[in-house]
Amino acid sequence: MAVTKVVVDPITRIEGHLRIEAQADGGRITNAWAHSTQFRGIEIVLQGRDPRDAWAFTQRICGVCTVVHAVASCRAVEDALEITIPPNANLIRNLIHGMQFIQDHVIHFYHLHALDWVDVISALKADPAGTARIARTVSSWPNNSETHFRAVQDRLKKFAGGGQLGIFTNGYWGHPAYKLPPEVNLLAVAHYLEALDWQRDVIRVHTIFGGKNPHPNFLVGGMASAINIEGTATINAERLVDIQGMIRRAREFVEQVYWPDLVAIAGFYKDWAAIGGGVPHFLAVGEFPEADVRDLDRLYFPRGIILDKDLSKVHPYDHQLVQEYITSSWYQYSGGDGVGLHPWEGETRPAYTGPTPPYDSLQERDKYTWMKAPRYEGKPMQVGPLSRMLVAYASGHAEAKDLVGQALGKLGVGPAALFSTLGRTAARGIETVLLARRMEVWFAQLVERIKSGDTRTFDKSRWEPSSWPATAQGYGYLDAPRGALGHWVQIADGKIARYQCVVPSTWNCSPRDGQGQMGPYEASLVDNHPLARPEEPLEILRTIHSFDPCMSCGVHVLDATGAPVVSVKVQ
Amino acid sequence: MNAFPRSLPTDQTLYERLEVNGISRRDFLEFCGRLAVVLGLSEAAGARLAHALQAVRRPSVIWIQLQECTGCVESVLRTVEPTIGSLVLDVVSLDYSHTIMAAAGHQAEAALQQAMKENAGKYLLLVTGSVPLADGGVYTTIGGRTAKAVLEEAAQGAAAIVAVGACAHWGSVQAARPNPTGAVGVAEVIKDKPVINVTGCPPIGDVVTATVAHFLTFDRLPATDSDGRPLFAYGKRIHDQCTRRAHFDAGQYVEVFDDEAARKGWCLYHVGCKGPATFSPCPIFQWNGGISWPIGAGHPCLGCTERNFWDTMTPFYGRLPDVGGFGVERTVDIMGAALAIGATAGVAAHAIATGVHQVRERRKLAVLPPDAGKE
Repeated sequence: MAVTKVVVDPITRIEGHLRIEAQADGGRITNAWAHSTQFRGIEIVLQGRDPRDAWAFTQRICGVCTVVHAVASCRAVEDALEITIPPNANLIRNLIHGMQFIQDHVIHFYHLHALDWVDVISALKADPAGTARIARTVSSWPNNSETHFRAVQDRLKKFAGGGQLGIFTNGYWGHPAYKLPPEVNLLAVAHYLEALDWQRDVIRVHTIFGGKNPHPNFLVGGMASAINIEGTATINAERLVDIQGMIRRAREFVEQVYWPDLVAIAGFYKDWAAIGGGVPHFLAVGEFPEADVRDLDRLYFPRGIILDKDLSKVHPYDHQLVQEYITSSWYQYSGGDGVGLHPWEGETRPAYTGPTPPYDSLQERDKYTWMKAPRYEGKPMQVGPLSRMLVAYASGHAEAKDLVGQALGKLGVGPAALFSTLGRTAARGIETVLLARRMEVWFAQLVERIKSGDTRTFDKSRWEPSSWPATAQGYGYLDAPRGALGHWVQIADGKIARYQCVVPSTWNCSPRDGQGQMGPYEASLVDNHPLARPEEPLEILRTIHSFDPCMSCGVHVLDATGAPVVSVKVQ
Repeated sequence: MNAFPRSLPTDQTLYERLEVNGISRRDFLEFCGRLAVVLGLSEAAGARLAHALQAVRRPSVIWIQLQECTGCVESVLRTVEPTIGSLVLDVVSLDYSHTIMAAAGHQAEAALQQAMKENAGKYLLLVTGSVPLADGGVYTTIGGRTAKAVLEEAAQGAAAIVAVGACAHWGSVQAARPNPTGAVGVAEVIKDKPVINVTGCPPIGDVVTATVAHFLTFDRLPATDSDGRPLFAYGKRIHDQCTRRAHFDAGQYVEVFDDEAARKGWCLYHVGCKGPATFSPCPIFQWNGGISWPIGAGHPCLGCTERNFWDTMTPFYGRLPDVGGFGVERTVDIMGAALAIGATAGVAAHAIATGVHQVRERRKLAVLPPDAGKE
């Protein structure tokens, strides 16, 4: 067999600009490269600015995970200035971030990932009565009726019959890798449309607390949305009832639509539980503080590292052991391209050495991407829902263990099935269910606090720059929908001296490092990975989408001037 | 293999399409009425909208995404009136959309080429993201081509271009000082086509869909201010429409977040609100179906609909006119003139100058007529 060169650019149904190149031989992928083809330089822009403004700048790194950089930035500055935010502000941030997870994961499943598994055109052949029968066996969702599915199918028929396929033009319809019966395809299409309506309802939790979505407003020291249950322009009983309704509707949809659909569809693709495992190490920095953010024992999703797929031990995480490499990236280090640098010492000098556009190929070049290569003690790490659920499972998190066990039981597979493309997609659903339930707990805690008379949302003690030390530095961690995130800030004379982010998609989309170790995307694509038709790269999309790429997040740059580093504070 | 033809002519009107999709004539007319309100038109215009929308076929819309964060696409996904969302899907044929299209790679590229060819001279081009011009454009490539090349090709056959969001308008956050990648807005690259700037970081999704509907209905883009922003959305200053304006006029200010004044919903001017310098639909349209907006949720306006706001409106918690773009020494008149760049200059400048004067005098009553910024 001859080796076929494969180029997929743009990878669509993701955030940002990603190019995948590969080599295939005999229906298998034999080599792969992940290329990030966008660079913006936001950290350069941050230098010399007011650290209280940083959340707004870093928030614009990404409009999909639209709260994660803002919260991580606030935490970094609050760490540097030794600010403890009031418990109400922490609960409000959890409610905002929790709804971000839930909404983002559902959109990912239906609108970004589903078309890799669901043949939209096949749904035209479905028997709506059959779809209703299947749907009712897995869920009591009121819309799972023959009438509803028939209406959706009629609408789809008119749409396709008109000849203008719009966003479905040139899809991989009829590809042999699609395995769902027409009735299940119709079920997924119906819920694709319902999820579009649902997501814009539940996300309004952001609008109430932050004024808008995307890009709601945050505040160093707490939250700006004051609580006054007697007020007309504040968080009051009417607003709280609104939020309660959104949380309830979020949970209903997740439990009655998303999760049953995921399990039903996964049942037809069990072979993907042995495909695309890739990098065997998993990192979770932990998220959803249920006390002060510094109290690492009170995180709802625990922190830790799983090495070599060994679920019998959870290793501790120390952010000082993170280093970034640029061996394969379009940057230069003053100490040479072979070294790894911790974010405190990080430097980035963009130095493009790729071909002059337009170009046809980037593979087998020494440098091939704008993405750096973060490594933990020299090892590549997967981050994201699967890492969080593995760490939770191995840490004995009762609710996570229970739900993982249920999912494995329904699919009739063992825990090893989690280390796969299907495992990443299933883990995203599992943590969505956990969060949809936990939101009710956080909401009840907020209401209880208000009832007890505590309405504080902001700590003003370190708001004025005159109260700050001459120099300070802080680390803000956050486990975002797509995985482990860190912001590092150094402040001097009231201004940002240095700012650095290490972002989920930087971990997952990282290129080869100095030791030649592939990053997670690359390693997954060469792990027992099929590619039936190199000219129609459906299987590549499945595995890449299972990571939910967010490319604008992944590429960043530190100051080009190499500002001096103040002493490192241990988290 | 594709089981269905990729594009066939259709002779159905929009209304016929909606009808078979189960949307009643009454719903349709209601939608047109709401759309007319959104566009700032009279009730009679609603009937005209209905007439026009019934006559059109699904026109091709091509949406390209350059150097950006996808927040603008997300904002459009949040257009709230459910029938508006489905109508947008049904009104247009969205032939290229990086974020939601099924095809990838060569198939995506082929869909783009096919749509541009079949609809040459007729399609509406939506652009999000800026164009990085430094170093030969290597800071954003798509399919191996620079953002500039992708934009220039797509613009060639477009009937008109909607620059969606602050990045496409002027470059936004990556164009803030020192603009490391040389990012610019669409209108700096495309000079021979009408470009309208539906700006904001992000813009309210409904403003984007209303602009598209305006184009489809009237065969032209809506009227704009001197910075290319549609007047129906950006014709008024936040300060003049603000739900907390009475507190400004009464001299009732939040002095620090979460103080007693904040808990009473007073004016945010002293904690950095840029509403007096910002032309935006936020207070009127509000966000996510009108449930709230930034000032309504207690945070000062960042001024994100104004060109260069990352430099001119920062520090965000600094009080106007002490922020970077204006300087303490400048007189209020000079500041007012500087602010009026994008707006209907004279009266707006006067209004701002008056507003600042008011702060200083702490007058108890409003002196501005409600439509002062509009003339």
